[in-house]
This record gives sequence, structure tokens and C-alpha cells, in this order.
Amino acid sequence: MTELLYGIAVAPFKDMAGSPAFFAEVLIGGVFAGLMYSLVALGFVLIFKASGVFNFAQGAMVLFAALTLVGLIERGVPVALALVLTTAVMVALAWVIERVVLRPLVNQEHIILFMATIGLTFFLEGFGEMVWGANVKKLDIGIPDRSFIVAGIQINQLELSAAVTSAVLVAVLAVFFQRTRIGRALRAVADDHEAALSIGIPLKTIWMIVWSVAGIVAIVAGIMWGAKSGVQFSLSLIALKSLPVLILGGFTSVPGAIVGGLIIGVGEKMGEVYWGPLVGGAIENWFAYVLALAFLLFRPQGLFGEKIIERV
Amino acid sequence: MTGPDARPLLEVAGVSVRFGALVALNQVSLGICHGEILAIIGPNGAGKTTLLNAISGFYHPYEGRIVFDGKDRTHLKPPDVAALGIARTFQNVALFKGMSVLDNLMTGRLLKMKGSFLLEALYWGPARRQELEHRAFVERIIDFLEIQAIRKTAAGRLPYGLQKRVELGRALAAEPELLLLDEPMAGMNVEEKEDMCRFILDVNGEFGTTIALIEHDMGVVMDISDRVAVLDYGRKIADGAPEQVRKDPAVRDAYLGVSHD
Repeated sequence: MTELLYGIAVAPFKDMAGSPAFFAEVLIGGVFAGLMYSLVALGFVLIFKASGVFNFAQGAMVLFAALTLVGLIERGVPVALALVLTTAVMVALAWVIERVVLRPLVNQEHIILFMATIGLTFFLEGFGEMVWGANVKKLDIGIPDRSFIVAGIQINQLELSAAVTSAVLVAVLAVFFQRTRIGRALRAVADDHEAALSIGIPLKTIWMIVWSVAGIVAIVAGIMWGAKSGVQFSLSLIALKSLPVLILGGFTSVPGAIVGGLIIGVGEKMGEVYWGPLVGGAIENWFAYVLALAFLLFRPQGLFGEKIIERV
Repeated sequence: MTGPDARPLLEVAGVSVRFGALVALNQVSLGICHGEILAIIGPNGAGKTTLLNAISGFYHPYEGRIVFDGKDRTHLKPPDVAALGIARTFQNVALFKGMSVLDNLMTGRLLKMKGSFLLEALYWGPARRQELEHRAFVERIIDFLEIQAIRKTAAGRLPYGLQKRVELGRALAAEPELLLLDEPMAGMNVEEKEDMCRFILDVNGEFGTTIALIEHDMGVVMDISDRVAVLDYGRKIADGAPEQVRKDPAVRDAYLGVSHD
């Protein structure tokens, strides 16, 4: 018994103190992984804010964006041009989704819109496979997967650029949504479609903007994940990993998605390295979900989400 | 009804709205004049809300025309109708429940805000100034409607009567020329009704806003409206001064049932 307690409460911290450089590496690894989760979660948050829809297809959008980019590069299109073309494809996709999926479902129950996004997931996966093929592809956008050493700590160049890109993207989005009136319009649309229309908010335009931005976020996430682990169909499953991130950060909060991603990224790496041996490892696989469960019990709106108020 | 103000601000001409086989509005013609308060009354299911929805663009008539300020707007969509200067409230309060009262009113100003989103993000200064101007305007509405104490409260937490008041405030924030109110006093107690009547009269008197409202409380209707239009089974059966409508036998039949003697 004492041994177990010692293993949980003392030994891991002794390990951390004993080798600070290794601790820093684990920490940084966790931060990087967390930022990747955040990127996917960000796409969810944007769409949820604007339409109250949980977009199940966000993971498939990441996959589709990565597939398109890789496919274009494989066919000899220069990387820069391929990026521009992929962006165009994602904006076009947003336009099509608004017209074909969302517009006919205005004022429907959220669950119906949610079902529609599940359908969208299957469509995107199938369509992506049809156009670009089903084999695993290597995405190389010119950032080498090399490491360098700063103050005795190993840093991966690819992960570093992923982190910087995410940070820039988040800053841009924060400015866009906090400083412009579009933020308020988004919240209005998410709250009540009919009322939003009556005060002159064009639902179509708002949805188009939001799905385009979510598409662009999906490209960035697709590049980062694709460069790390290859572009493959399991990519659309990272959507599941960002679910706990959303629960932690709150479905409606952009900063929440970032902080939630970081907590989960760091938490699962730390858990795996320092506490994993106690239970035979694999903490990384379930840590996020258990944490999310705890949040659902004690703080269902997440860290930064809007509190759900219901008059009884 | 005399002088230059008698020309209609909004003209509904022979409008019919159908839902499948159900004819909700049957060739209704109605003018709403500049600066008046028009009450639309009628038994349940008479087509009153349908008429309001047709005017604000939520439904589109399959025949007839709706002309606002001399321009045909029969087939405009709700946001475009709002942009013309027609604001409305809903029968079952449609507030943004998760947002504060203040934010709800600020959304009413969205149409008045200028400039592109991108420029706003780049030039923080002017956007900030604009926000403050609109905020000042909204504060005046808050004072006017006497809801200072609840400005930071989430709209969804307010009692029903206050929600209706906030919804009126959001409509007013858009500085509408024509204000459509769908049962602004439904479910209110006497005191709340009196307050709401006072606000409606003040809006009309001070800002010259033209108002069309649907209401069931006959006492209220007779007190505040300049003119009353009566709908029954999707048709207009009477239209005139309150006193005149009250005496109209067709209206009595619609409300009390036709006597067979």
C-alpha cells in the first residue's frame, strides 16, 4: 500500500527533479502534441459558435484537406501553389456545404444538423478516397523532421514550426472574432436563427465565412498531422481526440480550445512517462477521456465555455 | 388619417399565403400609414402572425404584393427586410438567451455598424470608437425602457415580461421605421401591460415610429391603437377606427360566433 502511494505521489516528482532536462523534453513534447489537438478543436469551436452544430466532419475535413494537398504535390504542383489551390478547395467546400446541407436545414433541431455532419464525414472520406486513392502518403512541405539541442533539451524542428503556426493562427482568429462585430453576430446566430435573421444578420454569409475558416484551420491541422504521421485515413479519427479538448475548454471558447489542448497534451505525456509504469503504460490512450468525464461531472460548461442557463 | 401622413408606409396588396392545402392568408389587403399605431386582431388561427411573417420576409406570398416605402419587397428575405428598416418581435420571445441584455440590444445595432470585418480587425481605433457610439445609443434605450438594473443579466434568466421588454429594446436599437410587434403583452400582468402600453405609445410619440401590433387584450387595443384591422380565417373582415370596429357586426360574429335566429 505504502509502496503504491509512494509510486503515485512521491517517486514521479523525484524523477522530475532528478533529471530536469528530460522533464523539460517531456513537457515540450506534451505542449506540441496539445497544440495539434487544439488546432483540430479550433475548427469545432468555430462552427459550434456560429451554428450551435457539433461538426462531426471536422476530422474528415482535416483528412480531406491533407489529401488534397498531398495529391496536388504528388502531381508535381509546387508547394505554394498547392496550398493556394487547397485553400480554394476548402472554401468551395464550405460554399457547397452551406448550400446543400445547412440551408435546407435552417431552424431544424441541432441533432438533425449533427446527423447531417455525420453524413458529411462519410461523404468526405469516400470522396477523398475516390479522388486521391486510399494508400498512406508522405506529406513533405519542406520542413525537415530534424531535432536540435538548446540548453541540453532536444527540440524537434517540425514540432516547433507546428507550434509557431498554431500560435499565429490562434492570434489571427482571436483578433478576427473578438475585435470585430462578427463575434457578436456569431453568438447571435448560434443562439437563435430566427431572431438573428430578423435583426438583419445574413445567416448564409456567416455560415459561409465560418465553414471557410474552419476549412482553412483544417488545412493547417492536416499539414501538421500529415507531416508527422503521414496522410492516412486514420487522420479523421483525431476528431475523437479533440472531443475531450472541447469538453475541457468549453465548446464556445477559442482560447478554451487552446488551453484545453495544452492541458490534455501535457497531461497525457506526463502521465505516460511518470505514472505509466505503475499501471503498465497506455495512459496516453485514455487520459484525455477520463479527464473529460471528470469535467462533465463537475464543470460541464468547461473552463471557458458559456454557462448554460435554463429557467425551470 | 388626414394630411400628408395618410400615404401608406407599407402596403399589403391582395396577399395570399398557403401552407399546402391550407390557405393561411386569403387576398389580404392592408395599408399601414406613416406614424400610426395599427392593431391587428382576430381569433386564434386567423392569420395574424402569418401576415407579420409575410411582411418581415419569413414567408413569401404566392400571390399579391408587399410594398414598403414605395418599393416592392414581396420576395425579400428577412435580413434584407431588416435592412430596409422593419424590425419585429416574436410571439414566443426570440432573444439570444445566453447573451446579456446589453449584448442583445447591441446585436440590434449590427446593421448600423459600418465597414468591413477585415478593416475592423486591422484598425482597432475606429472600430472601438464605433462600438462606443453604438453602446451610448443602446444605453439610451436601456434608460428609456427602464431596464438599467438587468443590463448585465443573461436574457434567458429574466422573467417573461422583462424578456418581452428586452426584445422590444432590441427591435428599437435598429432604429426601425416600421415596428412589428407580435403579441407584445401576452402573458403579462396588469402592471406589466400598463408599462408596455406606455413604452409603445412613447416610441410612437417620441420617435414617430410606425407600429403594427397583434394583440388579444381588447382593452389595450382600444386604448392605444389609431386603427384596428380584423382578420378571420385568413381574410380581412374589418378595418377602421377602434370604436367603429367594435360596433361592426361581422367582428362580433367572428369573436362570438354567428347567431342563427
